Amino acid sequence: MGKYVTRMGDGFKVELTESEINRDIEEGSQEAAKNGQIAPLNQDESLYLLEIFKCPDRSVGVERGKEVVLSYDSGTTKFKRVNVSVSKIQSLQIYERMLGADTLELAHIDYSFKPVKPIVVFEQPILEQALLMTIPPLFYGAMPNLGLYSQPDGPCPNPGDLLPKGKIAEARASYEEQIEHAIKDMVYVGTRMYEAGADGINFDTTAAAGDAEFLATLQAIKILKTKYPEICIQMGMAAEFVLGMHGELYYENVRLAGLYPHKQLELAEKAGVTIFGPTTNIVTNRSLPWNVARAVTFTKACTEMARIPVHACMGMGVGGVPLTLSPPVDALSRASKAMVEISRLDGL
Amino acid sequence: MQDAIFTRMGDGERISMPVQEMKEELLEGTQDAAKKGRIPELTEEDLQQLFEILAEPGRIVSVPSGKEVVVTDDGCAKIFYSGPADGGAALPISRQNSVLAYERGFAADTVSFGHEDYSFKPAKALIDYEMQTYYTTSLATTVPCFYGSQPNLGLYFRPDGPHPNPADLLPHGRIDEAKAAQEEAAEQLREDMVYVGQKLAEVGCEGINFDTTGSAGDADFHATLMAVAELKEKVPLMSVEVGMSGEFVLGMHGGITFEGKRLAGMYPHEQADAAAAAGADIFGPAVNVNTSRSVAWNLARAVTFVKHVVESSKIPVHPNVGMGVCGVPMCVETPIDCVTRVSKALVLIGKADGL
Amino acid sequence: MAVAHGIASGIGGIRAAGDLVARMQVSRGMRIKEAKEYVAGCLRISVEDIADPVVMSELREDLDIGRVNAVPGAAKGIDAKFRIAELLDIKINCVNKFRERTGL
Repeated sequence: MGKYVTRMGDGFKVELTESEINRDIEEGSQEAAKNGQIAPLNQDESLYLLEIFKCPDRSVGVERGKEVVLSYDSGTTKFKRVNVSVSKIQSLQIYERMLGADTLELAHIDYSFKPVKPIVVFEQPILEQALLMTIPPLFYGAMPNLGLYSQPDGPCPNPGDLLPKGKIAEARASYEEQIEHAIKDMVYVGTRMYEAGADGINFDTTAAAGDAEFLATLQAIKILKTKYPEICIQMGMAAEFVLGMHGELYYENVRLAGLYPHKQLELAEKAGVTIFGPTTNIVTNRSLPWNVARAVTFTKACTEMARIPVHACMGMGVGGVPLTLSPPVDALSRASKAMVEISRLDGL
Repeated sequence: MQDAIFTRMGDGERISMPVQEMKEELLEGTQDAAKKGRIPELTEEDLQQLFEILAEPGRIVSVPSGKEVVVTDDGCAKIFYSGPADGGAALPISRQNSVLAYERGFAADTVSFGHEDYSFKPAKALIDYEMQTYYTTSLATTVPCFYGSQPNLGLYFRPDGPHPNPADLLPHGRIDEAKAAQEEAAEQLREDMVYVGQKLAEVGCEGINFDTTGSAGDADFHATLMAVAELKEKVPLMSVEVGMSGEFVLGMHGGITFEGKRLAGMYPHEQADAAAAAGADIFGPAVNVNTSRSVAWNLARAVTFVKHVVESSKIPVHPNVGMGVCGVPMCVETPIDCVTRVSKALVLIGKADGL
Repeated sequence: MAVAHGIASGIGGIRAAGDLVARMQVSRGMRIKEAKEYVAGCLRISVEDIADPVVMSELREDLDIGRVNAVPGAAKGIDAKFRIAELLDIKINCVNKFRERTGL
């Protein structure tokens, strides 16, 4: 029986037979369905996914007419990180004019709200000038990154030190204090950048530090949306599952710990999020068919119920994209096509 | 001979000053420095030379040929791409290109750059990126390329840092706790500065500039001296410049010593001794501008301090001549009539080794 | 990564009508189908033409709403956004700020 070249979640090539791909698609989808208590892919969808992985072309794309909007995280830092010596505004112009970007994002190299706070006056004139020179919607993005509020660098005792000692109450108290600090910083930065003319604010990798971070972000978004009803808020998640680092935090009477993407979306909509980005983490020792099937299953559950646009997170290690610094085009384009066409995404 | 001289106040406001008044200002300025620092006043010849510099009718003045000195900086190239706090123009130009433009277009003797948030604590979080940028930039530059950052002990206090804030404790009389907080914060600062310095040395960093040292007082100064000493031991080839934030080290702690000498209350010549003892290669005194006094008063005061530092220092002295220090008016767009006069005075009378 | 996604799934920004569709998601939270139909309606083209750079580059030139090629005198940046706001009947934050700052 012929084999088809695909990859594992870590990006390394592997050859699988059609039945092995089928099996992985089925298992990946069932895993998502079981964990999220959502519907698995139906037969047509699984077959469509199989065809994507059987296609011999190096790169695949969506069918004509099914193109979607691309949004970005950490837009202007990408060039800097690969040591290309261009300014932020030049980066944005390159995205706009040479990379076909539908939206743009300005960001600080230390891509979190806390470090942006002291230099927000540096970011504002850059944003103002960029807005004069570019056309697509221009976001300002950063990560809530609650971890920065823990000692040794932040003000609050570190739950990572307290929890192993069984100091649960103290750890929870620390998280609750961190939430207050984080909300202040996110609202401050969001306000300043929106007042400078940004089309929206992107909260990236939300809930990376668990339920406390998710709560802080939802509350900050609520404040911003109340202050500026027309502001666009994009919220991209860090993982498919909100870690219960605190365990007893609620938003709108819903416990945050343990929420899967479709449930995260519900709360995001209530807080006032305009564009939601669900995330499904890669499992590196499973194949891409398994991972993509899983990601599509989770994401489909979101798009079916969403009242707002859904832009799945599809960076390194998420959304079916292999966890490697240079994701191979064959893998990435297949994940892209599958997520857009089967999940019916509004963007990525 | 003119009856009145166009000059400025410490805040940059343009004024016309009668000759006699200017001479009195110069005398008062040097006397103030001499009294505070317990150092000699400028001589009559110095004062006369200083007066002549200020009274020159040209918009700009300069040192005579042969008297030029070296210029180091605290991230001057930042003015291209940075924001208002640095007097920056927010141009769409990268850090590397800014440094190259400064080297080649502005004929700099040395160049430097630092993190956008120009302090060691935020730089630590991005050290890989800073190392990469330094490495790439230094491949292209010819002149010495420094990495600059501020100790900025304030970042280690709450609400943003981990330690209790002395500014909250002291007004309640909680002196011992305030001291303990500063000591712990200073230790963390020292570790961060050594870490950043060592990592930069791995990519061949030619020099590191500790800018606005002592801005949070004696604990800040102490942490820097300790970091300098440790770096000079671990990476002796990396040059160290210590630039101060003020003429007087604030005794926020009050009991910290270095090599047996109390740091609180130190004036520039004593600060220079401490920096040299720690192993610094270049020392940059700062003399703060009093915005309600004239440039003449401020400059005479600055030259008095600098002259004494230069005479007593064992290492080169590069006075800080940025906005609001050493006679340069406290305004974002510093007027070149004053800046050039400050330059000339510090070099010819103060005998500075650089700026 | 951005390039690969763009080629695989993206509309194409100002090369086509990607930024305009994005505007509808940003300013009115429209889902992709609704956003594309709305933009197609404003531009009086078919939904399929939204991602066609040949159709869109001519149309963008005619409407003067910004193109990839930097043609002297053609709208760029804030000029283009003024027109886009009017074309799509939406509010764009920086356009409003520009009006406030300049007193227009």
